[in-house]
Amino acid sequence: MSIGGAPSRRAASAAVLGVVLLAVAPLVLPADQTILLSYGLVFAIAALGFNLLLGYTGLLSFGHSAYFGVGAYAVAFIVKYLKIESMELFVVGGVLASAVVAALFGFLCVRYTRIFFGILTMALSQVLWSLAFKFFWVTGGSDGLRVPTPRLLSGLVTLASGPAEDKMTFLAHRYYYYVLAVFALAVALMWVIVHSPFGKALQAIRDNETRAEFVGVQVRHYRWVAFVISGVYTGLAGALWVPLNGLTTPDIMHWTFSGKIVFFTVLGGFQTFFGPVVGAVIYNYLETYAVGHTVYWQMVLGVVLVVLVLALPAGIVGTANRMVLRWRRAAA
Amino acid sequence: MSILETRKLAKSFGDTHAVDNVDFAVSAGEVLALIGSNGAGKTTLVNLISGLIPADSGTVLFEGADITAASIHRKIALGIARSFQLVNLFDQLSTLDNVALAIFSRDGKTRKLFRLSEGDSAVREEAMGVLRQFGLEGKARVAAGGLSQGERKLLDVAVAYALRPKLLFLDEPTSGVSTREKAPIMDIITSVVRSGRITAVIIEHDMDVVFTYCPRIVAMHQGAILADGTPEEIRNNEQVTANMLGSQAHS
Amino acid sequence: MDIFLIHVLNSLLYASVLFLIAGGLSLIYGVMRIVNLAHGNLYAFGAYTTAWAVGRAIGDAPSARPLVYALLPVGALAAAGLGAVLEPLLLRPLYRRAEEYQLLITFGLLLILEDLMRLIWGPYPLSVSALYEGLGSLTVGESVYPTYNLLVIVVGGVAAAGLWAFVYRTQFGVVLRATSQNMRMASALGVNVNRVYVQAFTLGCFMAGLGGAIVVPQQGAVLGMGVDALILAFVVVVIGGLGSLEGALIGALMVGIVREFGITFFPEVELAVLYLMAAVVLLIRPAGLLGRA
Repeated sequence: MSIGGAPSRRAASAAVLGVVLLAVAPLVLPADQTILLSYGLVFAIAALGFNLLLGYTGLLSFGHSAYFGVGAYAVAFIVKYLKIESMELFVVGGVLASAVVAALFGFLCVRYTRIFFGILTMALSQVLWSLAFKFFWVTGGSDGLRVPTPRLLSGLVTLASGPAEDKMTFLAHRYYYYVLAVFALAVALMWVIVHSPFGKALQAIRDNETRAEFVGVQVRHYRWVAFVISGVYTGLAGALWVPLNGLTTPDIMHWTFSGKIVFFTVLGGFQTFFGPVVGAVIYNYLETYAVGHTVYWQMVLGVVLVVLVLALPAGIVGTANRMVLRWRRAAA
Repeated sequence: MSILETRKLAKSFGDTHAVDNVDFAVSAGEVLALIGSNGAGKTTLVNLISGLIPADSGTVLFEGADITAASIHRKIALGIARSFQLVNLFDQLSTLDNVALAIFSRDGKTRKLFRLSEGDSAVREEAMGVLRQFGLEGKARVAAGGLSQGERKLLDVAVAYALRPKLLFLDEPTSGVSTREKAPIMDIITSVVRSGRITAVIIEHDMDVVFTYCPRIVAMHQGAILADGTPEEIRNNEQVTANMLGSQAHS
Repeated sequence: MDIFLIHVLNSLLYASVLFLIAGGLSLIYGVMRIVNLAHGNLYAFGAYTTAWAVGRAIGDAPSARPLVYALLPVGALAAAGLGAVLEPLLLRPLYRRAEEYQLLITFGLLLILEDLMRLIWGPYPLSVSALYEGLGSLTVGESVYPTYNLLVIVVGGVAAAGLWAFVYRTQFGVVLRATSQNMRMASALGVNVNRVYVQAFTLGCFMAGLGGAIVVPQQGAVLGMGVDALILAFVVVVIGGLGSLEGALIGALMVGIVREFGITFFPEVELAVLYLMAAVVLLIRPAGLLGRA
């Protein structure tokens, strides 16, 4: 199922199956595996947002770590300064903060095309990163800020475990389902957005900016809106990430993290809807299991990226789609 | 009553006067051809009027209103549309979606984020209708990048037409297409333009096409209008024949 | 007054290095319409290679120190060599493809080079301050100024002049300009575009490597210097216009001056002032002061 084609029933049923599998995961997997999967889902939300810009609007940003970081730090500030523990407020705070930053940065960046756009996004995220260090009395500097376990739904909904449950169990069960629910909503919403007339306009801008202008689409404005939505999704991911991680530090705003977002989106296939989701989840496993093997992790990412671009530009999902199509044609 | 009028419209690129103080008027409902050798200024004139490039001086009036400095978006809203010489399509979108997008945009629906585009049956039907008029309904689901050259030229015009403009500029709609396909393409274009009562300005190099389909011909040379009249008048105009027709009679 | 002169000299110093990096970036873009995201890493590679080569040379023969200065360009040659290999290998396959792929592959290259330098030279900075101190200092009024800095400024100036002469006064320069203005036409006229591309790319990398090589005695080679340089080079190129060497020169001078005076009076906001300058230029004249769109 690729971008530009009609939404197919096959993709929808695959998605439903996916959600079902994800829903039973905590019952089948050990706690640390479920927590790992939560990280994957969080990155998948970020990837989904990032790909609205890349796959659908044709804009390659190297500065998305900025919004992830803003989302995470917004949560940390809410805990530190407002002494609030409600997850819903964390989400709202993260979304609002990243919307504001994305609106501002987006305004500056969408005046540019491709190359300048990419480097400008990278530069702006580096500015934020350096501010996180400089204003250490606010942000905790390189030590970062701690975030305790939040209260979900203000404690209204309690599942199996009681008040004495430890953090691991909380994260592996209640928090996992919370993240899964947000993930499912995020996927559904993004699906609607990319299949809406607005989504078509974005794709038109991607394919032919001049012609889009000449059918009456105000290109700069639409790119800005896409940028803000993209930033908000990534900020939401940051807000969901921080309770999992327990801590937020400036490195999540560094360009290397932006690079990871680019990498897992391209790995999964940026020309498909689900590619980035799959790429993010797979990457999360790769990083967890392989990072212990080598210090030169960046080089591995770089080599894989080069190979992907030269040989497998459609990424995992894109290539799989092509293979399925070819097999179907051969069988017909 | 002129639907479009330019007064002393000028554009230079360095020392070249691409469009040299051109006074040009088109009446509503006309179908006219804009001819001239390469570099005569035809495409630049259309680019100035449609808003792709800004003019150095002069005015452009549309239905009496000054649109010289108006944005592209504004001009389209007012009813001016154009097709392109080098086909400009949304290659990864389907043929149907290319046209549907123009309709969504025209109707202000591209702002809608939370509704599925597939859900808007009125737009889809209108888009299919346009495709039918252009003979492209069989390729509705094919990506625009996968069409033949002739089909792409037609789609390029169809997308502009779907905006339901009052004034349509067609930049070499038959260039790059085999001689055999030219007449069918022009037949479709002229019938669509006539039934929609659209004023059409067609840039063309193929003089057979020009003489057959266009009741009025404007000839440009070195940025200025050389002659303006019926096919008969143009054929008999010595300046035109000397400058252009000799090399183009059978292009 | 002398303090003022020192600030001016520091601005020129900074501008020289920036010109080399940004000029290389602009040259490559001007001819090939490619922005190499790993360009900063070539600057870093030049710095590391020179630091290593010079460090070895000094270690082996301390008495030959004056000759060691001649080794400085090693970094430039190494970067040029790397560029000559990378262009046909990684960039040429992508010329026909969408621009995103170019950015993605050069980004991959950036990641590879960052870790490659760590692999080869380790995570700790390399320094050759001996060369820096070796030239002593000059008295400027009542202050002293390191002579090495003047060397950098001279190299920068010579590079700018040499490059200008090369592009505007040589046969190769004509071919370069023709290809940059109209690649298809140049090819139709018999120019071997592939060869021009690899030569232009190599030249751009040479410039970046030279920037790294001459600055390394002054500030050492440290991991991460590549990306920092890339972002600064970008600010220069935004101000001066991508594709214009004169623009790179003007942009480098402006950034050099603003940074120097910025650091002196407002040390906290130095980086922000530079980005602000770039943002203002972007808003007023998106193509840069001398750029072509």
